[in-house]
Amino acid sequence: MAEQTITFTIDGVEVKGKAGQTIMQAADEAGVYIPRLCAFKDLTPHGSCRVCVVLVNGRPQASCTQPATEGMVVESETEEIQKHRRNIIDMLFVEGNHFCMFCEKSGNCELQAQAYRLGICAPKYPYQFPVRDLDASHPDIFIDHNRCILCGRCVQASRDLDGKTVFEFVNRGTEKKIAVNAEAKLADTDIDISDKACDVCPVGAIIKKHIGFATPVGRRLYDTEPIGSDIEKKN
Amino acid sequence: MSKSLEQVIKDICEECGKDRARLMDVVNAVQKEFGAVSSQAMDLIAKELDIHRVEVESVVSFYAFLSPETKGEVVIRLCNDIVDKMRGVDSVAKAFEQELGIGMGETTADGKITLEYTPCIGMCDQAPAALINDMVFTYLSSDKAREIVKELKKHNDPKKIFARSGDGNNAHALVRSMVHNGVRKKGPVIFAQREENGGLKKALSMSPVEVIHEVKNARLRGRGGAGFPTGMKWEFTRAADGDKKYVICNADEGEPGTFKDRVILTEQYELLFEGMTIGGYAIGSDEGILYLRAEYAYLYPFLQEMLKQRREKGLLGKDISGKTGINFDIRIQLGAGAYICGEETSLISSCEGLRGDPKTRPPFPAQKGYSGSPTTVNNVETFCCVARIIEKGAAWFTEIGSQGSPGTKLLSVSGDCASPGVYELPFGVTVKDLLQEVGAEDVRAVLVGGPSGQFIGPEMFDKTICYDDIPTGGAVVVFGRDRDILKTASEYMEFFVEESCGYCTPCRVGNVLMKQRLDDIIAGKGEPADLDYLQELGETTKLGSRCGLGQTSPNPILSTIKNFRPDYEKLFKENEEGMNPTFDIKSALSDGEGIAGRKSVIYTE
Repeated sequence: MAEQTITFTIDGVEVKGKAGQTIMQAADEAGVYIPRLCAFKDLTPHGSCRVCVVLVNGRPQASCTQPATEGMVVESETEEIQKHRRNIIDMLFVEGNHFCMFCEKSGNCELQAQAYRLGICAPKYPYQFPVRDLDASHPDIFIDHNRCILCGRCVQASRDLDGKTVFEFVNRGTEKKIAVNAEAKLADTDIDISDKACDVCPVGAIIKKHIGFATPVGRRLYDTEPIGSDIEKKN
Repeated sequence: MSKSLEQVIKDICEECGKDRARLMDVVNAVQKEFGAVSSQAMDLIAKELDIHRVEVESVVSFYAFLSPETKGEVVIRLCNDIVDKMRGVDSVAKAFEQELGIGMGETTADGKITLEYTPCIGMCDQAPAALINDMVFTYLSSDKAREIVKELKKHNDPKKIFARSGDGNNAHALVRSMVHNGVRKKGPVIFAQREENGGLKKALSMSPVEVIHEVKNARLRGRGGAGFPTGMKWEFTRAADGDKKYVICNADEGEPGTFKDRVILTEQYELLFEGMTIGGYAIGSDEGILYLRAEYAYLYPFLQEMLKQRREKGLLGKDISGKTGINFDIRIQLGAGAYICGEETSLISSCEGLRGDPKTRPPFPAQKGYSGSPTTVNNVETFCCVARIIEKGAAWFTEIGSQGSPGTKLLSVSGDCASPGVYELPFGVTVKDLLQEVGAEDVRAVLVGGPSGQFIGPEMFDKTICYDDIPTGGAVVVFGRDRDILKTASEYMEFFVEESCGYCTPCRVGNVLMKQRLDDIIAGKGEPADLDYLQELGETTKLGSRCGLGQTSPNPILSTIKNFRPDYEKLFKENEEGMNPTFDIKSALSDGEGIAGRKSVIYTE
């Protein structure tokens, strides 16, 4: 049987997708970018950051997990949804300790890039300044929990792509954080610099040592074009 | 010592069939045995179950009743719900602290007693209350607290402090609890005289599809709060692909102010088991799970025995009631202290031995639930309604209640009223009539549906309790004339902050930010624009959140802004310079002063 095509609209624009695709997958293929942070190619959608929430026939749904269906009406870049999106990005900024000006991920950071795309210059919520720790025990990799946004990419990549389960979430609520599969230190796990888990962090929480600031300003990922431009160019 | 730890863990894991899905049972058993699931224990459990250590840590760190640090042989968990506070839990806490010589969250130097707070334990009608290990102590006072500690210091055995059993099955040898049922009003559905297993007998004489039709015709909706049509849920589950299907009963009532299921589990458990068995028959499932909240662990041995008796009577197990090929059995899964597990997909995660994180929907549990199989999750009261609907017929059921909401509803009423307890009333009862029934006078506010419901004031007391007007999972908390509504809202926000699983951003962060701003307002540091700020933050949290927790957690603030706006407005004061005191320069400077090691020379005083 041929793949069934479905047609729906995003902000009034007709989008054609394949049955079984999520809204985000169909939108990406059609060149319509929906902002996101936890979603990542090759990984099962986590649906945790909530940046990609859209209205589907008036109801809020995460576009990374919601299947696209025939005739659905999706609202994404409306003033209302963009406002909530900015609020959620703001929340992520104030919840951790993000100091872009001296973070080596700056310019390649998806959180920073989303903020710029959405026109955020400074968060409007009060900084929480949590006390979080740092694990530099491993010779090649370090974890800075100050910058972690709990997207779960490393958890999944290590488990499903590397077959290792180096990372998992512990605690809950505001105390929730990434833990490593050892009593305390990353150095005591079997993580390796070549693991996929080291490449998926959207922010500067999992960083490879020895290569900091290797890319000069001007040639970093989001220096010239906003995040999502690659997808929008398909259009 | 370490060898014995190894051996005990080995035994526990073997008893659970070395099944990773039984991780909750394993860690609960280890916690009970050693007062902790220590780092070493995590390693051993991981080894036995052939999983990663961090997976064990992930689960242990999620649940409030599990801990990596060793707790005392006796753990006193004092309930600090609002209603307990209204009933003077603060002085009880002080008495415990003084008598034990420790603060909240601490353990005595001899390692014997730990004292900590816990959210609502389902005893609001007999508050202040505490769990001491699995035992419930009700109607506490500072004198009683002192007595308890004195006794514990003698023998450290809460069972020996047993005073007098409560009524009904609370006096049963396997319960032996001081809890009172507190059933104030019996209605025609749950607490009525009935034919034992009459519903089940009748169901077995019908086809499964006919059973579902009857439930649909009765227009039964879920009693836990969400109100999804039960018949439709069963129809989806029955129709879903899969040889193996599950029936799960949600007995994790954690909504502050709710305690109705406690009474069903104590007195009407037969009706519940009957309803679950009918559910199994209807959807084509041979396995049921009763997810029992850890706070109700005192009912566990009793319920186990009652299940055993049903098996002996042929009402559970193979060929139920002699009907060949109709098999159904029920196991009990004990929780470990997490409000979020009342959310159906979190509950399923917990049953699978995982953190109580909600699952991504779709797929819905009816398609892919417990261990990936079609599953129906229903509330305790819902199953009871089903058994009665089948016994007496849909037409009988729809005669009761209101047009859109047939049947009765169990309401757990507590707070400022003469007769707190459980009331079975037909849907459609007005708040005013309910307040009269419970003996509440001079009422300032009623919280209907618990903190995830709404605060309403006297101008709304003509409204009715039903799905189309003011819905509720059962909690009704009454606040008298002198209660501070905003402080109460702040306490409830604290509860949500504590209980958010932290999976999604809006719930994890939004609740914290909302509470902070509300506290600023309460402290006199607010301005009118803060109401817009809170409103928008609440909307983002509701819209963005992944499950029902965050979709309703802003309600204490949003419903008080809507219905008690003057309470906020009277806190906004302009200072002498005509400005609102939102910014406090001195406290802003204090951190810097601390680092610099000297005081600011400009802002002295």
